[in-house]
Amino acid sequence: MQLVFTNSLRRHLIKLSIAATLVVALTSCKKPVAIDSEIVIGEVGSMTGSEATFGTSTHNGIELAVKQINAVGGVKGKKLRIVSLDDQGKPEEAATAVTKLITQDKVTAILGEVASSRSLAMAPIAQQYKIPMITPSSTNPKVTEQGDHIFRVCFIDPFQGTVMAKFALETLKLKKVAILRDVKNDYSVGLADYFTETFKKGGGEIVVDQSYSAGESDFKSQLTAIRGKAPEAIFVPGYYTEVGLIARQAKELQINAPLLGGDGWDSPKLKEIGQDAINGSYFSNHYSEEDKSPNVQDFISKYKEAFGVVPDGLAAMGYDAAKVLADAMTRAPSLASKDIRDAIAATKDYSGVTGKITIDAMRNAVKSAVVLKVDGGVFKYQTTINP
Amino acid sequence: MGIGVEFVQHLINGFSLGAIYALIALGYTMVFGILQLINFAHGEVFMLGAFAGMYFSRFFNLGAHPSFWALIATLFFSMATCGVVGFIIEKFAYRPLRKSPRINVLITAVGVSLFLQFSGQLLFGSDPKFFPQIIEAGHGFSFGEIRVNTMQVVVMVISLVLMAILQTIIFKTRLGRAMRAVSFNHDNASLMGIPTDKVISYTFMLGSSLAGAAGVLFGLIYPKIEPLMGSLPGLKAFVAAVLGGVGNVAGAVVGAITLGLAEEFLVGYVTPTFKDALAFAILILILLFKPTGLFGIRRTEKV
Repeated sequence: MQLVFTNSLRRHLIKLSIAATLVVALTSCKKPVAIDSEIVIGEVGSMTGSEATFGTSTHNGIELAVKQINAVGGVKGKKLRIVSLDDQGKPEEAATAVTKLITQDKVTAILGEVASSRSLAMAPIAQQYKIPMITPSSTNPKVTEQGDHIFRVCFIDPFQGTVMAKFALETLKLKKVAILRDVKNDYSVGLADYFTETFKKGGGEIVVDQSYSAGESDFKSQLTAIRGKAPEAIFVPGYYTEVGLIARQAKELQINAPLLGGDGWDSPKLKEIGQDAINGSYFSNHYSEEDKSPNVQDFISKYKEAFGVVPDGLAAMGYDAAKVLADAMTRAPSLASKDIRDAIAATKDYSGVTGKITIDAMRNAVKSAVVLKVDGGVFKYQTTINP
Repeated sequence: MGIGVEFVQHLINGFSLGAIYALIALGYTMVFGILQLINFAHGEVFMLGAFAGMYFSRFFNLGAHPSFWALIATLFFSMATCGVVGFIIEKFAYRPLRKSPRINVLITAVGVSLFLQFSGQLLFGSDPKFFPQIIEAGHGFSFGEIRVNTMQVVVMVISLVLMAILQTIIFKTRLGRAMRAVSFNHDNASLMGIPTDKVISYTFMLGSSLAGAAGVLFGLIYPKIEPLMGSLPGLKAFVAAVLGGVGNVAGAVVGAITLGLAEEFLVGYVTPTFKDALAFAILILILLFKPTGLFGIRRTEKV
């Protein structure tokens, strides 16, 4: 085909180039960059999508912490300001968001993500720019292995998987367990592997190991295969949306074995989706709202006052992550990345809502876990398991 | 529990999944039959059907009073809504392009599909919603150890009834005869005095309302619904239509049931990892070895 520059085509081209210029001009407008009287902290979370409550709870926790810190004068005489971006629950969006926070908003430190898959997408970027990053609740070990600027304030999957395996063996006295893991999710695969290892070592048997991919809504074929092996419990270390659906479909197939899981279950939505079917199931978590210690109860009442609901574990983790960061920045000799990094690494016996936080050499927090039982719409405390 | 029991259970699960694919596939195949257009926006009509059903049953709080009539009312509302949506899509997106090359219409279809997906995110929010239980889940039926839950039965029965109605419309009514005539030869039908534009509109409405019904039934057994939920079932139903021979109504049903069963058995007996890839592997094989599908008739194309 030959391109003939007719008059109308030329006119179109002119219009097009004007439009393009406008777009470029508009998008390159400067965003307000950090002013001297404040410290900008970036947050990346899943505010929408299948794990929306992870992002919103964590964000609420962080907001509460920042409000409290600013009320007593901030850090080094500067107020904290949070810039939070939604990644819609997608790792690629999380990577884009963290790049934007670092290059455009010039953040001093980063908080996030909840899900390990997304923290794993963010960590190499934060490491590359040498910006300290604290993930409140990504439990996959690989996250902090991405570099010496990546920290977490929660326990890791080898421990969490062990907790549930021990609980199944010792408290529930189970011998035959089935596994239903989310193969698209680093967190879920990790938990399933560590659970299997400990459970087998303790004399238990994994009767069948099935899988699904996050985002699916039909689990009947996997559950039918599991039902054929008659397990005493099913370990489902996924996120709440899928777990709720799995619980319902298991009940529809009249599987009465309880489900076991990890902190990915922790959402008020779990009960809404799973309804009655999720009752009688157990999961490991970072904290229990039934904990009577004064700092936990104080946090719960303040949180309720601010947001009108009881905080879930992820809200508590977000709160602790922000507090640990502020604590480190206060101790650091200056607000240079390196000083903040060193101060976070030196965190010792910080008493948070989710327990005493000490950062170890691998930049992980060493903490105990609690096991909760889903019972008629509330998460009942069962036991605490120490590392 | 015997291996036989597990097999029959997989069979039942596969049939109820296939029935839903079939309802969507019918819309694809009808539109293709009459316009030789693959209506990629069809999966999004299915999604809108699920949302229409959800908002309707929430508005009347049908979740609190589950009954068979609640389901029928929801189905009816959702089918009507989708019928209107189908009409609008055809009228404003496809009709102006009736005389343009087929590729233009195809690209428009992709555009409509994306438009509906993202308008859905804007309108409904991108976080998943949950379809209320508008019929009693109950214990269903048990034959020994095989469980058929009420939902699965309801889904299969309703699908069958809708397909029977469609079959009657196509083969026993004037509209059906007109549709077949237009699908056979658009220009000749027009010369014979058949109002082809009107017939095409009706076909779209019919196909879209079936997708609406599929949306509600899908919501019943897989209660998580979201604005992007239509794309994958839509594509799979398209594969089902190709498998059965695009343009062939009975073929679409057979193709869809085959696909539902194949997915179920793959996940149950082999591996769940390739569940979504299976449909497309089938598509490639069909296009390589029997491009007309199982029941398709080869049309000679005049160039």
